[in-house]
Amino acid sequence: MNRVRFLFIIAAILLFAGFGPIPCVSGAEPDSPSEVTLADTPHEEETSTAAPASQAPRWIDPDRINLMVILGLFFFLVLLFIRKAVKGSPLYVRRISGLGAIEEAIGRATEMGKAVLYVPGIDDVNNIQTIYSMVILGSVAKIVAKYETPLIVPVCKAFVVPLAEETVKQGYLDAGHPDAYNPDNIRYLSDEQFAFTAGVDGIMLREKPAANLFLGSFFAESLILAETGFSTGAIQIAGTANIHQLPFFVVACDYTLIGEEFFAATAYLSDEPKLVGTLKGSDWMKVFLIAALIVGVILETFGVTAFTEWLTVQ
Amino acid sequence: MKREVPLIITAVFGSFMVIEYFVPHPTVTSFGEMLQQWAIIVVAFAYVLGVANIVRINGEKISRRSKDWPYAFPLLAGLAFMLTVGVVFGVGNGTLFNDFYLYAYAPMSGTMFSLLAFFIASAAFRAFRIRTVEAGLLAVAAIIVMLGRVPVGAEMWDKLPVISDWIMNAPQMAAKRAILIGAALGAISTGLKVILGIERNYLGGD
Repeated sequence: MNRVRFLFIIAAILLFAGFGPIPCVSGAEPDSPSEVTLADTPHEEETSTAAPASQAPRWIDPDRINLMVILGLFFFLVLLFIRKAVKGSPLYVRRISGLGAIEEAIGRATEMGKAVLYVPGIDDVNNIQTIYSMVILGSVAKIVAKYETPLIVPVCKAFVVPLAEETVKQGYLDAGHPDAYNPDNIRYLSDEQFAFTAGVDGIMLREKPAANLFLGSFFAESLILAETGFSTGAIQIAGTANIHQLPFFVVACDYTLIGEEFFAATAYLSDEPKLVGTLKGSDWMKVFLIAALIVGVILETFGVTAFTEWLTVQ
Repeated sequence: MKREVPLIITAVFGSFMVIEYFVPHPTVTSFGEMLQQWAIIVVAFAYVLGVANIVRINGEKISRRSKDWPYAFPLLAGLAFMLTVGVVFGVGNGTLFNDFYLYAYAPMSGTMFSLLAFFIASAAFRAFRIRTVEAGLLAVAAIIVMLGRVPVGAEMWDKLPVISDWIMNAPQMAAKRAILIGAALGAISTGLKVILGIERNYLGGD
């Protein structure tokens, strides 16, 4: 927690040092640059009498205060449960068969003497799913290194290449097998969606990996990849938060991590208290949202719309 | 320090981008836009790493005569050709680069995409095999939705489109939104973990 506090303090200091003090409500501090800009406008005289303070640049968007409150509550819950978990409170995580099957799939690949294929999606690192896929890749790399099984990681975005290389290398290092790391198995194929799909299909058909892990952000290529993998007889585990692709993975893969299960992977695999704490925070936020839904339904039924209007994102 | 500095940068700029969403002040938004431009420039540099990765792996494959090494030739030749043509003649409309993109790459990409039709058929065949009660319900719902969405369905029974719409708007939408809410919370908590430095595997080694 000290490190967390430290990071927050550093962030706060840098932010406020960079932007100065936040002015009160209207944002129209006498010496602020925004005030100068407004005073220089040609219509200043016309509007001066009626110029409401709200015309000055605002520091808080009133249309997004609802989201800010909900986000603040969520952050509070997550930090609260991280604190609880670190203090040693037992937190239960239900069994997620898809995550349990990852080691089983790698074990099967090891027995067959074949490689494990890990596809981290086709999105760039600005997508949180790609970042999280790298986090899972680290855990997978550790297991793979332990079994001394080749791990092939085809990459769709150039920016993901160094991330994947570092993550896999670190996984092998953590497992105590740095020499087993093969940089040639982190393969940048193409930034183009279907060129990448063709490349991955080629790897599946030529090298016949025994386990295919599709974990990340996928789009129209999901079914092409999963069906090709199915035709090679590989055990397949998929996970994505792109809900339109979930049905395709459910049909063609042995296990599918649906939405939030995908984001629970590292907490489940590592059992680290801080990570499990974030899961619990998410769960309690869901409880809150379900309660809000029920309250909203009841209020709407009786013609009270204020609550749902407040929750509507502009 | 190799880990602390990236963690601090992540914490500062990650927090800033969250704050920027709620703060419409020009000072904040202009800095946010500048950060996004920085990101585009950094991403552009990553292509150099990507090309280096392709050349290294496929070049070694050819020099070592590894398995499937002949496939590496057209890959490297295509890369070099498009790069040269793009740099020398430009990439706008009517250029050789654009012609190759439109008349060579686009049809091949379309061909890959069209494979989806056949894969959907094979996947649907497996999905609709009625082995359990749940699979039976799925098959019945799918048949109603499919028939309700085509004119022949309305001709067969005028209530089919209504039932189809209800399936899509009520049970289907409820399940989809439940998954979406869970996924969104997972994404936000992951973002928070990254900003706080709890998730740091992606940073690699010390």
